[in-house]
Amino acid sequence: MPPKVDLTKCDGCKAEEEPLCEQICPGNLMTLNDDGKAMCRESRDCWDCMSCTKICPQGAIETRLPYQLGYYPAKLIPKVGTNKIIWTCVDKDGKIERFIVKTRND
Amino acid sequence: MAMKAKLPESLDQVEKVYCETDILIIGAGNAGCFAAIEAKRKNPDLKVTLMEKAYIDRSGCLAAGMDAINTYLKKGKTIEDFIKWSRSQAGGLLREDLAIKVAENLNAPVEEWEEWGLPIKKNEDTAEYANRGKWDITIQGESMKPIIAEKVREYGCEVLNRVVATNYLLKDGRVVGAMGFHVRQGKMVVVKAKATIIATGGAAGIYKPYTNDGSDSHHQLWYSPFNTGAGYAMGIRAGAEMTTFEMRWCATRTKDFTGPIDTISVGYGTPMINGKGEKILQKRYAEWGGETAPRFIRANAPMEEWMEGRGPCFMDTTGMSDEEIKQMKNDYLNERPTYVLFLAARGQDLKKEPIEIYGNDPYIVGGHTASGYWLNSEDWSTTLPGLFACGDVAGGVPNKFVGGCAAEGLLAARGAVEYVAQLNGEIEIDEAQVEAEKARIYAPVFRLIEEGDGVKPKEMEERMQRLMDEYAGGVHQFFRMNEEQLQYALKHIKILQDQVKYLIANDLHELMGAHEVIDRLDVAEVLIHHLLYRKETRWPGWQTRTDYPEKNDEAFDCFVNSTRDPETGEVKIFTREYEQIVPGDRMKPN
Repeated sequence: MPPKVDLTKCDGCKAEEEPLCEQICPGNLMTLNDDGKAMCRESRDCWDCMSCTKICPQGAIETRLPYQLGYYPAKLIPKVGTNKIIWTCVDKDGKIERFIVKTRND
Repeated sequence: MAMKAKLPESLDQVEKVYCETDILIIGAGNAGCFAAIEAKRKNPDLKVTLMEKAYIDRSGCLAAGMDAINTYLKKGKTIEDFIKWSRSQAGGLLREDLAIKVAENLNAPVEEWEEWGLPIKKNEDTAEYANRGKWDITIQGESMKPIIAEKVREYGCEVLNRVVATNYLLKDGRVVGAMGFHVRQGKMVVVKAKATIIATGGAAGIYKPYTNDGSDSHHQLWYSPFNTGAGYAMGIRAGAEMTTFEMRWCATRTKDFTGPIDTISVGYGTPMINGKGEKILQKRYAEWGGETAPRFIRANAPMEEWMEGRGPCFMDTTGMSDEEIKQMKNDYLNERPTYVLFLAARGQDLKKEPIEIYGNDPYIVGGHTASGYWLNSEDWSTTLPGLFACGDVAGGVPNKFVGGCAAEGLLAARGAVEYVAQLNGEIEIDEAQVEAEKARIYAPVFRLIEEGDGVKPKEMEERMQRLMDEYAGGVHQFFRMNEEQLQYALKHIKILQDQVKYLIANDLHELMGAHEVIDRLDVAEVLIHHLLYRKETRWPGWQTRTDYPEKNDEAFDCFVNSTRDPETGEVKIFTREYEQIVPGDRMKPN
């Protein structure tokens, strides 16, 4: 489902040859709009793999579920470290759960 | 910042880039990456090139990660045990010659992945991998794709990212590379190769998913929606022999999200229940093994319950401990992280409210069922000389999953390296074929420029998906079909194939979409022929013929294969005999 871009945080990865979300998206869905900010060109075609969300150096992308499938305003925010991800999940009523997931051997 | 490529305005403006390599691997997913590494290991002097439609670090089925390896031979398990289990899960039909070789190679790639950095849980007492059911081990595979991508680069393989493969290069009946286009630069890419390995994965998006609300949920699929059957379609167009397309991968998945359920059922031993709270598999499918019944039975069971008025159905999580629920969510974060978000968005307490399940839109995927290229078990070669296949696009070995697809990468690479070693002379390519393919690739761009009107790829895709769903046994039809429905579907697929000439593309992304629908139509056509041929019901759920509800071993205990004539376009269907190597009742797991 559509990655939602926080336009105040996204800097279009100006220092990179290609914006990282655009480079990584397995569906070729991320690109820059006319203002040089990230956008998803076809929100219906997103697989919600969260690759763009995890790689964004500005933490500007949030992966949302389609409202038709899950209620507002639940959130899942990954904080990506070298060998782990700290996931924070907030449910529709504001209840918070945290998970620490190892991603690589030390 | 990179400049966006402009579309060419005429055929003459299309820039062609020629490359040459020893081994070309199309598709840099799990199977393709292992093939590339193995080819370099077998002969470091060879040039090995990967052609990848996306970007290798997060492409293919493992983009988001994986939480288990479902086929690892643990201590005390034999290859024979594995074949018997896999054979019975597939309703008694698999290529035993291929499956034995896959089984011999199942463990090595997993152990190697661990050495490269993939965290795998160990049993503290025995130092063995921690069990998750009979054949599964739990991994923390969020980064398994970036880990293997790093190794591909380390081994010195060349990676062509964002190149969409469209057809094989053929010379005197031999595959000598492939053609395609760069989805960012707009250039045509022609790669000449001594040997080619196809590893593009299976086909999603042939059928309409039930989550599709017409707006934001079109790709709420279990299988990667970016696996669009390109490898099957290229083989079909070149006349390769394909097998068992009719064995479709329909499964029980989490309702409204289409996420995996093995995480819950195998991982935590939760029973499948219906709306009345009855344990469906134990109550109605005891003779099939209850909760461990074959996969097609488990796919079909909840759908039967719905049809009989006993839905909705669930995996009963209410008996799980808090710790188990937390651990299960951890597992999902390693494979489909947004399922944890889904549960949060529903505000669901799994101890009070179980996880709802339902069938998925059918996929054609040789890693789970047996659909794909017919292979030679000596060297993983296809029926097209110079072409090898591995992973989900390769047929005959159901239940190979991630570990088995990696194993096939090794096997196909060994076959290709040996093939290259005995080749003599230079490879020539047919420039007329390249020019014809250039015109075919860019036709949707020039149609829009010249005519200003036509059919958008998405319109055609949705027409095809609705047609397949309603007339070729989709999820809305509870996977059921009959002769008349299939004939109707075939008639309209042929119309759509004829209408491909009206496709238009406004940019390179849409051009990719055009080729994805063209490929899916070719897969759908062959699939319908396979479904029509099997006048029986061998795997209820995967292949349910309402007009032939019984299994007919006398006529159909065999492989159904096909070729499409590249000249006439005629699809020929024929059978190949089952060859049993491992003794015993093929329907029994032990």
